[in-house]
Amino acid sequence: MVMSRTHHISQQFDKELEDIRSKVMTMGGLVEDSLSQVLEALARTDMELAERIASSDYKVNEMEVDIDGECTAILLRRQPAAGDLRLVLAVSKIITDLERVGDEVKKVARIVARLATSGGQDSYYVGILAMGHHVRRMLRAALDAFARMDSHAALEVAQEDPEVDKELEAIMRQLITYMMEDPRSIRGVLDAVLAARAFERIGDHADNICESAIFLVEGKDVRHVALEDLRQQLARGRE
Amino acid sequence: MPQTTDNVSPLHDASHPATLTHGVDFRSAHTHHEESSAQPDRECLRVDGLSLYYGDKRALNNVNMVIPEKRVTAFIGPSGCGKSTLLRCFNRMNELISNVRIEGSIKLHGDDIFDPRVNVANLRRRVGMVFQKPNPFPKSIYENVAYGLRIQGVNSRRVLDKAVENALKAAALWDEVRDRVHDSALGLSGGQQQRLVIARAIAIEPEVLLLDEPASALDPISTLKIEELVYELKQNYTIVIVTHNMQQAARVSDYTAFMYMGDLIEFGETKKLFTTPRQKQTEDYITGRYG
Repeated sequence: MVMSRTHHISQQFDKELEDIRSKVMTMGGLVEDSLSQVLEALARTDMELAERIASSDYKVNEMEVDIDGECTAILLRRQPAAGDLRLVLAVSKIITDLERVGDEVKKVARIVARLATSGGQDSYYVGILAMGHHVRRMLRAALDAFARMDSHAALEVAQEDPEVDKELEAIMRQLITYMMEDPRSIRGVLDAVLAARAFERIGDHADNICESAIFLVEGKDVRHVALEDLRQQLARGRE
Repeated sequence: MPQTTDNVSPLHDASHPATLTHGVDFRSAHTHHEESSAQPDRECLRVDGLSLYYGDKRALNNVNMVIPEKRVTAFIGPSGCGKSTLLRCFNRMNELISNVRIEGSIKLHGDDIFDPRVNVANLRRRVGMVFQKPNPFPKSIYENVAYGLRIQGVNSRRVLDKAVENALKAAALWDEVRDRVHDSALGLSGGQQQRLVIARAIAIEPEVLLLDEPASALDPISTLKIEELVYELKQNYTIVIVTHNMQQAARVSDYTAFMYMGDLIEFGETKKLFTTPRQKQTEDYITGRYG
């Protein structure tokens, strides 16, 4: 279902809701950019870029605080109901997820910086890079689904999360092999494990964003619901 | 047979495919009201195919609904949507207006209230009503509350004293007026007068209490006291409240009915209606959008 909206009698209220929506998209854009950049830094083992990314996550944090404040003000002033209430709640959850994606990006940026200084093996990172691009696409699609208020698009993205988990599993198997083959590699491989784990978490946050989008559109709390049940619920529509 | 719509009862939803019968278990709807969750919802008022005309103008259009017992049901909707008209049907107040014609039926615990054999005074004893503006009689506080009982022929001082005290306590007014129950009721504040009127209504132990915008003329503190009172009273009475204040409906009611131009658009659990209404018209109204 794609949600459509008519205007409020209070145009100011329309503006306030539109404002938090567009700010979430701006914040999402910032996070997406830094995720793309960290993938680039990882691919090139670019220390300078990695350090820049690690030191710029304050912008995302500031946006989170700013949008959270606006959500509080809307709850206080407007006592929103129905779709408006769900929008405010969804935004409040999505910005938490975005902020955490920002944190994961920062972790990876630090790993890249270490990798550059220690001259470690970038061969560990081939699968991880592919996984990073995968979760980047998921994050973008999740934010798109939210922006378009499209629950079916959100469901499609959510369906990809198990694939990311499988990718992580394969990467781990490979990394464990490296460690077993040569214990001297353990220090470097552990960083790779942490990076893989960070990308997997980003996939989880993209999944959460999809759940928030589905909640916004359908009014259903689909956290902790199995994918198959979710598909059936969305097919049935709002009961 | 009157047409049955899917909003006939809040007591069933997709997970409760059975239509309403006595004793449908609906405990899941009341997890936030523990004291009222012990009992499944039972039918109090049943409205079937109710239409009402003022002259040629139709004010209610084939309304079907079941109002559960000992719960608070709120009617919301824009001015002129028929919510007060529907409320006034429950104790046949509309018949005091000339040129009113009613079709369909209303049953109070199974009794057809439009049955010609029904004694209207008796019906109004069973279905009490409180209006927007407090309307105490120009008598003492005591006599206001005792009035209904005196009409019923109760004259024993001891019985009246006890009944007045109980009603004033139930209406959360006793502590404020216990020392001056023989003073004029007109000396009370607006909020106190409204609680007095509620005490007067419950002194005769009705089954249903109809509240027509009971707090709209009151300040916020008095409003909260009335809302708190509604919450207390539902343990013993079925309450139907008409309000323009949607936050109030969301705060006090278990079920909410949204009406528009004489139609019952949507009727369901308050929490659900205010977070995920099924009808776009409901959503537009409760979120303040142009329909």
